[in-house]
Amino acid sequence: MTQAPEQLPAFPMARETPFDPPPAYAAARDAGGLAPVRLWDGRRAWLVTGYHEVRALLSDPRISADRDRPGFPFPSSGRQALERSGRTFITMDGTDHRRLRKLFTRYFSVKRIEKLRPMVQEVVDELVTDLLAAGPPADLVPTLALEVPGRTICRVLGMPLEDRHRFQALDHERNTLTTTPERVVQATEEMLAYTDDLITKKQHEPADDLLSELVTDHLSSGAAEREELVAAVRLLITAGHETTANMIALSVATLLRHPEQLRELQADPSLVRNAVEELLRYISIFHISPTRVATEPIEIAGQRIEAGDGVITAVAGANRDSRAFPDADVFDIHREARHHVAFGYGVHQCLGQPLARVELQSVIETLFRRIPSLHLAVDGPLSVKEYAFLSLVALPVSWDDSRTSTHTPEVGQQ
Amino acid sequence: MRVAIDRDRCVGAGQCVMTAPDVFDQDYDGLSVLLQADPPEHLADDVDLAAQLCPAQAITVDAD
Repeated sequence: MTQAPEQLPAFPMARETPFDPPPAYAAARDAGGLAPVRLWDGRRAWLVTGYHEVRALLSDPRISADRDRPGFPFPSSGRQALERSGRTFITMDGTDHRRLRKLFTRYFSVKRIEKLRPMVQEVVDELVTDLLAAGPPADLVPTLALEVPGRTICRVLGMPLEDRHRFQALDHERNTLTTTPERVVQATEEMLAYTDDLITKKQHEPADDLLSELVTDHLSSGAAEREELVAAVRLLITAGHETTANMIALSVATLLRHPEQLRELQADPSLVRNAVEELLRYISIFHISPTRVATEPIEIAGQRIEAGDGVITAVAGANRDSRAFPDADVFDIHREARHHVAFGYGVHQCLGQPLARVELQSVIETLFRRIPSLHLAVDGPLSVKEYAFLSLVALPVSWDDSRTSTHTPEVGQQ
Repeated sequence: MRVAIDRDRCVGAGQCVMTAPDVFDQDYDGLSVLLQADPPEHLADDVDLAAQLCPAQAITVDAD
């Protein structure tokens, strides 16, 4: 990186459309997979958008997730404060990371999450029934997209359902790039205090839920310190919340913009699983992350990343690399998309991905089956937030009231 | 074909179980275990894909 920072493009870049990464992502890819950018604090970092380069760097032992290392890149001052407060295993390396992540992997195994499918289906059916009862039009962001993961997490963890709004409001502040560092830290502390109280309640009154199980398995046994468990439970509540919510809203919007493929999906629900993988690839809500820092020099794609250089492995760019996905900018529910990096790559790859998949599959199959005439009810383009994830401000939709299924299927019925 | 898992590398992301459920499973801790180390030829594509998807590069496949 020889150019002066002021000559480099500023990161994060704005999108021209909600559905395509900024043009600078393609430019970095065309330049060999990575290119230098300038951050809010005037420092330089590498924007990596090549598929092979993203995978190589996220699995390179010379790359660190430790936010306290000098040179670690952040997209805003608020995110710097957030990512350095309430440390969890996602910001650790090596054996510390391994010990803590392993305490939670067993609860997210593919088979265990599959058992939650009937419960998720019940949540989705309740919400679609409520949408139909209220009638068109509707904004699907608050009524469906946020509610599916919100209600699912409350039920899985054993959190009072009414608490989800408080958590969502705090998380919204934390994920907004323009929130001040002071307010971000305060919001994180509020969440940690709430989580600590919740854990105390489960210690006194254990129930048949994941939080009680975590308390028994790890706190009572001494496998984790209380502070470690509080931070990790806070992470479990938030990590699967806005991420899944934004994927739901953007998935519905993407399918509504591709009516022929949507009709195929409605006619043949067996296409839903592959369609969800393509939606994960095409949308890639991690538009400015994951972020890392190099601990040693790394030669890659003809460039030299120095020790201490910030590295932004934008998976939204990697998933549009035509070297890995032919005609990558084309949305195609039939393509082979499983090798996408929407959940990241390397030892930090998303732990909750089986749950995210079940939620997405359930929403897409159910929503378009029960409301087949669903359509966008907005004239101009949809707007996205200045946000840590790709996130729609609103998703206004409408439907033909005479062509809906008000019948709620029995729980678990596919 | 011979399949091996480096369990010291596995991070329990579950990609292998989703991709080749006849060959891989997850143990009590959520870490990958082999159901068969020498799977039949018709599972070769799934096993290769599982190895490619594994985020921790914990799976090795040797062709016969």
